[in-house]
Amino acid sequence: MTEGARVNGVHTAGPPALVPVIEARRIDPVAALAIDGPMTAKWLEAFLRDELLGRRGIGRAVLGLSGGIDSAVVAYLCARALGPQNVYAIRMPYRTSSADSLRDAQLVIDELGINAQTIEISDAVDGYLRAAPDADARRKGNVMARMRMLTLFDQSAKLGALPIGTGNKTERLMGYFTWHADDTPPVNPIGDLFKTQVWALARYLHVPMRVIDKAPSADLEANQTDESDLGITYAKADQILNLILAGYRDATIVARGFAWADVGLVRRRVDGTHWKRHLPTTALVSGTAINEFYLRPVDY
Amino acid sequence: MKHDAPAPPAIELAVVQFKPVKGDVRANRAALEAIFAQVAAAGPPNIIVLPEACLTGYFLEGAVYELALTAEAFAQTLHATWAAAGGAVPVEIACGFFENDGGTFYNSALYARVGGARPEIVHVHRKMFLPTYGVFDEERFLSRGRNLGVFPSAFGPAALLICEDAWHSIMPTVAALKGAHVLFVPSASPGRGLCGSGELESVARWKSILRAHASEHGVYIVYAGLTGFEGGKGMAGSSCVISPGGDFVVEAPALDACILRAQLDPAEFEVARATLPLLGDLASVLPDLWFDAEIPLPKRAAPA
Repeated sequence: MTEGARVNGVHTAGPPALVPVIEARRIDPVAALAIDGPMTAKWLEAFLRDELLGRRGIGRAVLGLSGGIDSAVVAYLCARALGPQNVYAIRMPYRTSSADSLRDAQLVIDELGINAQTIEISDAVDGYLRAAPDADARRKGNVMARMRMLTLFDQSAKLGALPIGTGNKTERLMGYFTWHADDTPPVNPIGDLFKTQVWALARYLHVPMRVIDKAPSADLEANQTDESDLGITYAKADQILNLILAGYRDATIVARGFAWADVGLVRRRVDGTHWKRHLPTTALVSGTAINEFYLRPVDY
Repeated sequence: MKHDAPAPPAIELAVVQFKPVKGDVRANRAALEAIFAQVAAAGPPNIIVLPEACLTGYFLEGAVYELALTAEAFAQTLHATWAAAGGAVPVEIACGFFENDGGTFYNSALYARVGGARPEIVHVHRKMFLPTYGVFDEERFLSRGRNLGVFPSAFGPAALLICEDAWHSIMPTVAALKGAHVLFVPSASPGRGLCGSGELESVARWKSILRAHASEHGVYIVYAGLTGFEGGKGMAGSSCVISPGGDFVVEAPALDACILRAQLDPAEFEVARATLPLLGDLASVLPDLWFDAEIPLPKRAAPA
């Protein structure tokens, strides 16, 4: 109709009145990563109680407290789930570790009132490295990570406490950890949370802001940061990872506002590290191969 | 209504949100006995509804072959447990279990009358939709059921739907068309999705699905969820009773073992169906839909 509108059968002069147009909300990759802090904390605390007290009858937890956000959040969850008197935080500095890391870990220890001990790993690491003088920074970092694992499991035996893992989903997917070191504890409450979700949970748990705000670092080398190692920010990597895991193709992810280079970087890191998220590959030669034919759940 | 017929009595219901120890049937049976004792002491209900895989835990993988029972043996277990708990009067029980039928294994739910001289199996439903995707692997270990039956319960005609059975709208539709007034839904649902406001996304989805089924067909829905963690997977409980109008009668939290008590009220059922007669509408329209040649259904052979 070009010269007016017909309302209730009556032809009226002038154009028809415009009706409101309601736009659908655009897909928001950031909102997809939002978590409900209280619900998440409650769920993970119940998980810890079930895994330690219910399944294993162990009431104590031991964890490596680095001064970073991941182990801080796990310390808070353990303290809430088991009581601070049942949580043992082990600081394991190497001689090149940042003094800030020790200080930030102390903030968490003081805030929670958990048990704490500092065990230097320098002598043990250097003892080995004397036999491996050609070790580069990467190998040295792996030695330190595995020495911390060794220490944590020995303290576990001494204290009668279960080692608790502190690896997050982002570093697990990006393969940004030392195999059979950071990933060895039998229980991990934050392994299905992306790094940005760990930050959100930390804010709900009132982890000291200094720990939340500082740049994440493996602290294996001076001035090292995770994001410079990875070549991408956690904020961006988490959004891309979330879309990849949901099953979207790279072209779709790019169409949603991400650069090809960033999507490719994340995709390569995930595809190149599937082996790090599995147990060792075993040659299958029978019809009863463990975890292939003979299948029993971990809690059976 | 202006007539003098007495109102039919409401049926007393208990829903047990159970937290098993994986594979430890002896411990789980002792825990169930304690719960039954609590239920009996508070006034025995007419019907008790328990979750899927109640006495074994849900994620068993190959261990299902070690723990599955015949329906008769499982009914006897429920009967003996109710008796040991001091259950002095007969009661009807709906409960999920892994069934061994002569070497063929099913994810089943039993409806039985226990507490009399001997257990009486009223119905066995074998799960028809076996989730085999993502975290689920049922069809690797189990066979699927082939029939959705309706059977008599203390509340009238009833059907059992096990977990994913209830995610397919055709299942409550068929059950309602076959006359069911109440749907018992034993379930074991690993909770997931943390961005909701105070409720897991998987739980919110369950609730919206169940409410839609109840209000569309005018049926009571009794949902019994397993709870507790199984190897990191938290079973999200959230047991509930939903009225034929689609409203929650009672709800449980996600993570705690608990007992829900409620009544199934025939008056509510009648009013809901009279107010929104969608099931009657469906029954009259169904032939036009069902025999639509564009629906890819196998053609049944004409009777001889």
